Amino acid sequence: MSTHLVEVQDLAKIFDVSPPWLNRVVERKPKAFVHAVDGVSFGIERGRTLALVGESGCGKSTVARLLVGLYGATRGAVRFDGEDIAKTLGGSGAQKLRRRMQMIFQDPYASLNPRWKVLDIVAEPLREHGLVKDAAEARRRVAELLSSVGLNPADAEKFPHQFSGGQRQRISIARALATQPEFLVCDEPTSALDVSVQAQVLNIMKDLQRERGLTYLFISHNLAVVRHVADQVGVMYLGRLVEVADKAKLFSTPRHPYTRMLLDAIPDIHMTGRARTPVQGEVPNPLNPPSGCSFHPRCPLANARCKAERPALLEFKGVRVACHAVEEGRAA
Amino acid sequence: MTAAPLLEVSHLRVEFPTRRGTLLALDDISFSIASGEILGVVGESGAGKSLTGAAIIGLLDPPGRIAAGEIKLTGRRIDNLPYEQMRRIRGKEIGAVFQDPLTSLNPLYTVGRQLIETITTHLDLSATQARVRAIELLASTGIPAPEARVDHFPHQFSGGMRQRVVIALALAANPRLIVADEPTTALDVSIQAQIIALLKKVCREQGAAVMLVTHDMGVIAETCDRVAVMYAGRIAEIGPVADVIHRPAHPYTVGLMGSIPAMDEDRERLLQIDGAMPRLTAIPPGCAFNPRCPHAVDRCRAERPEIAEVGATHAACWQPVAVEALR
Repeated sequence: MSTHLVEVQDLAKIFDVSPPWLNRVVERKPKAFVHAVDGVSFGIERGRTLALVGESGCGKSTVARLLVGLYGATRGAVRFDGEDIAKTLGGSGAQKLRRRMQMIFQDPYASLNPRWKVLDIVAEPLREHGLVKDAAEARRRVAELLSSVGLNPADAEKFPHQFSGGQRQRISIARALATQPEFLVCDEPTSALDVSVQAQVLNIMKDLQRERGLTYLFISHNLAVVRHVADQVGVMYLGRLVEVADKAKLFSTPRHPYTRMLLDAIPDIHMTGRARTPVQGEVPNPLNPPSGCSFHPRCPLANARCKAERPALLEFKGVRVACHAVEEGRAA
Repeated sequence: MTAAPLLEVSHLRVEFPTRRGTLLALDDISFSIASGEILGVVGESGAGKSLTGAAIIGLLDPPGRIAAGEIKLTGRRIDNLPYEQMRRIRGKEIGAVFQDPLTSLNPLYTVGRQLIETITTHLDLSATQARVRAIELLASTGIPAPEARVDHFPHQFSGGMRQRVVIALALAANPRLIVADEPTTALDVSIQAQIIALLKKVCREQGAAVMLVTHDMGVIAETCDRVAVMYAGRIAEIGPVADVIHRPAHPYTVGLMGSIPAMDEDRERLLQIDGAMPRLTAIPPGCAFNPRCPHAVDRCRAERPEIAEVGATHAACWQPVAVEALR
């Protein structure tokens, strides 16, 4: 376990989405809570990529934000290199820890300040962490960072609006790399991009990982992208991990019925005219999740036990699956 | 594909006059769709795919205008009709499905009222008959308990259910052509699969032709009979879907296919097309793809290629990629 750079144990985040106090009193509405992340545990080995996949509202972005400390956890702990980040971020080591983990956001249009030059955007973390002595050194470091992501050093004098979506995402990557972090949390880094540009960004991310030994947490809803970048894959459904497996195992022999459904639902360019029977139903309202296994209303293998008892994430032939049907051997 | 084309678009050219000169947004677009056929239109953002759909349904945003070319529906020109006549065709003969199901429905009316309004506008039915038809339509798009759902408001539906309502609306008057602009982009994959299956079903059952605009090649591969690949306001390649995907002739199509991570093979790196699509203000002379093309020669920089037959598909390229070069 010591090889894990990041370890997450029983992590949970509950959001209070209750109506305002007056409405609760007058309309007699109860308090309402969303269990955005509900007891998630996993580890990421140094230099490897763990991808989290799932549909909208499954809590994958919340996990990303919990990991870098943008949200405080309701329960559970995130350990980075053996240290509990909740403690470290509250204490004197916060600055040092933040330098070691950085985040890349989904929307390259919203995550860059439109009034700042690229130079200032990329140099901000350098200045913040006192990694450069003067403006000349900052300028030199920014030029290096920009060329490492395939941009022209002269681009430092431009503003974000002068760049396309893919180029902006490279600027975000350059900014994230500025403090020479070990761990990058990438929240849907390519989902706002066109496919040919997505390929450029994914290639850069893989090259950087190889050169610098970076560890990634990669959040995506696109299983084909995940298959391309990840070493390990975690599948989330309504705030819980339902399956965690090595990439090869997950894609060749998916265990959990939800994973199978997801894999079956993806339109693939190599399967022209494939006839499919799409899975019925939709993701339930997270305010009022189903009892037992939260997937049971859509699951073809559900029985009485699935409706009553919540399955735990258990080891099964080298993968971890939370499913009664798999545990009992009912899943073929 | 031997049937006479239902929709015929020839040499369509759409311009946007601006203060700094005229932007050529669509340039010499020609294609046709037969009854019962699904044509996919694919391309990156800004390639002009949605604009092609908007031009066909007569909903170009001003100052955009059709500068040249013809659009014919069942042999009749529809691109130069007065607004009122076009309004009757839209909805009756051409149904439209847009990307965001929330903004294409009126939040203040029940879905039943919106359906009945469309039905009574285009079909000669009484209000009671129209309500019966509205319920039938909701049932045919797979909405559970349509008798109750017909009186619900759009916000009471989930995203996937709303898109079903929008499809029911598009089908209200049994149109012969459905223009679907990114109908599944706003939806999750499991819901996307349901909506694709639904579109295929209505196309088969009603014999309606579908023009499916999307940026997702996977959706195209599963749904369409033929596909048109657009680049910088032009059609780069058009042909049967299996040929375009597996034996593309245009270097842009080759790059596009290579840049999609595949589900069934492992590659260390994705094929990438360097650079980005040119802005409409700065389309290079000759072939619009030439600055990014690995096979470009002098002729590509000077002369614009016409779309011509290459193997099983049609491509606009001076140096169509040989099948061997792909392997």
